Amino acid sequence: MAINSASTLFDKLWSDHTVCELDSGETLLYIDRVFLHERTGSIALQSLHSAGYKVRDARRVFCTMDHIVDTFPGRGDKTLMPSGSDFILATRSETRAANIRLFDVNDEDQGIVHVISPELGLVLPGLTQVCPDSHTCTLGGIGALAWGIGSSEAEHALATGTLRVRKPKNMRVIVDGELASGVTAKDLVLHLIARFGSNGGAGYAVEFCGSAIRRLSVEARFTLCNMAVEFSAFTAIIAPDETVEDYVAGRDFAPKGEHWHDACRYWRTLRSDEDAVFDRELRVDANLIRPMVTWGTSPEQVAGLHECTPDPETFAEIHRREAAQRALEYQGLKPGQVIADIAVNAAFIGSCTNSRISDLRAAAAVVQGRHIAPGVRGVVVPGSRRVKREAEKEGLDRIFTAAGFEWRDSGCSMCFYAGGETFGAHQRVISSTNRNFEGRQGPNTRTHLASPATVAASAIAGYITSAESLANSESLIA
Amino acid sequence: MKPFVTHTGIAAPLLRRNIDTDAIIPSREMKRVSKRGLGEGLFAGWRYTLPGSRELNPSFVLNRPEYAGASILLALDNFGCGSSREHAVWALAEYGVRAVIASGFGAIFHTNCIRNGILPVRLDEISITALAEQVQRDPQSNPVTIDLQTCLIQCGDLLWPFSLDESARHQLLNGLDPIALTLQHRRAIDVYEQARRKQRTWVYAPLEDSVEGVPL
Repeated sequence: MAINSASTLFDKLWSDHTVCELDSGETLLYIDRVFLHERTGSIALQSLHSAGYKVRDARRVFCTMDHIVDTFPGRGDKTLMPSGSDFILATRSETRAANIRLFDVNDEDQGIVHVISPELGLVLPGLTQVCPDSHTCTLGGIGALAWGIGSSEAEHALATGTLRVRKPKNMRVIVDGELASGVTAKDLVLHLIARFGSNGGAGYAVEFCGSAIRRLSVEARFTLCNMAVEFSAFTAIIAPDETVEDYVAGRDFAPKGEHWHDACRYWRTLRSDEDAVFDRELRVDANLIRPMVTWGTSPEQVAGLHECTPDPETFAEIHRREAAQRALEYQGLKPGQVIADIAVNAAFIGSCTNSRISDLRAAAAVVQGRHIAPGVRGVVVPGSRRVKREAEKEGLDRIFTAAGFEWRDSGCSMCFYAGGETFGAHQRVISSTNRNFEGRQGPNTRTHLASPATVAASAIAGYITSAESLANSESLIA
Repeated sequence: MKPFVTHTGIAAPLLRRNIDTDAIIPSREMKRVSKRGLGEGLFAGWRYTLPGSRELNPSFVLNRPEYAGASILLALDNFGCGSSREHAVWALAEYGVRAVIASGFGAIFHTNCIRNGILPVRLDEISITALAEQVQRDPQSNPVTIDLQTCLIQCGDLLWPFSLDESARHQLLNGLDPIALTLQHRRAIDVYEQARRKQRTWVYAPLEDSVEGVPL
């Protein structure tokens, strides 16, 4: 790196949390918040105790039930996963023993970890937060330095209040211009991965900036940063601005009074210096982005709706060719198929990527006054119980149910198969989630990732389509 | 933790990019509140003929007789991407895998490996392809040796140097417990925290001015 006193936003957060530099070349970083969930939290706490360690400061540790818990209305501790309740019961007893605040199955504030943590004001700009969940990078949207870790690292953070981390490099992704109407942060991040690959961010902490980013709502910023892990970045972060301050103000655990003013004063220093040096810089023109949908089994196997699935024979590199062949076979698709013509069996709206109130509003706006196509199953899972209550207050639940969607309780649900629920083998699902891996949504289930609006439009049409194309095709018929 | 100094074993090539942790262990195989009992679920979606079954898929590399007892995996870029589930590493360890040689790793998976005594070796794709070719001639009589002291991989007459972050190498060679190591810095952590509490009171106040987690 050049000799330069100017710092990036990431450098500033890193140095603010540096306890000491270790001989190993790692930095001992202070962790402000740890969040756990029932999938791995119980194992981490049990393992910690059996090794003879204690939680250093339980007041800054939280836990939710989101990964395995049922999302059927009236749920209890049982889930479709045969041993699911073992995880729930163990998490309840382990968090109680460690005096950790738990957002239990039917707690009014329960929800997906990365939805409730900013919703309650538990994560704040300028804090470090870790969770044994790879999508913890979501919280960079608020200007927090947050990243996903494994269980062993979670135990380390619980016991010591720190993590040993080797500093990643700095990358800046500048997104200028304006997203067209109907194009969302989800399309933006899929576009980024399409252009630079699913390993494009490997080894970097990514800062998103530029005029298109400044215009994004905080919830859209969460969606963008959420999929930084699908870009293989260490994490992503966006400088907190007034939009963020407005979002945080008044939340349950947000600073109040004098503390609020102190916090804001500090947050306003959280931006990259003008002459800060980045190890890599990418530019994206927001004006060129169109609604995107994945066709394959990696988030990088993605294209615009009106593009075609690729012909693997055109890939010069053998491993890419084989990957495309495998993906098309798994997905039951042929080379050169127009993506927008592909018929779907199911539509899923939910997950830490796209289950917030703005996502539900966008989907409901498409669905209103329409009905999902015959034979298509639609499921909407709000990201938290607060989101659910807000949606019900606004009448979104009635829009969805009138259109034929199931309206669920909050949790990770069918973003993956952990709760034991799936749309079924060979079912083609258009999904507002983050991963289209083989088997992710259940054995042999076929996933196509897209924005909530595209998912909603496709559910109505019965084939992959954008909200705009749906409206156009209906006006032609009329 | 079991130290890793040197290891010689059968290497199984799984030459694909982006092998994610859902593939390494599907969530349906993570059945117990435990780090154990996961080896059987390793690569379950590929290793068995049907989901949930234990009937071996004879074409999957680990099921082929020439790769019996494999303890080293060869893969391409971004191995272990996706979910942070450490179960992927626990499953590999229980199956008997001691090292993964790939052209790149998911960052969380890479750390998880080191914390569990599995060596992740980064090697360029050309070298991995060459290594796989050498192994494939006769896997049982072409075992691979990985020496973490000299940072060399050997197979037959061929040698490849590799590098690993010094802290990871030190931890693996000595089988260290990072929590115990970090607790040696407890005083530095306390000093840092006291200063932070003064300078950034707002980080703590909203959580501490509460009764049983309910803010006042």
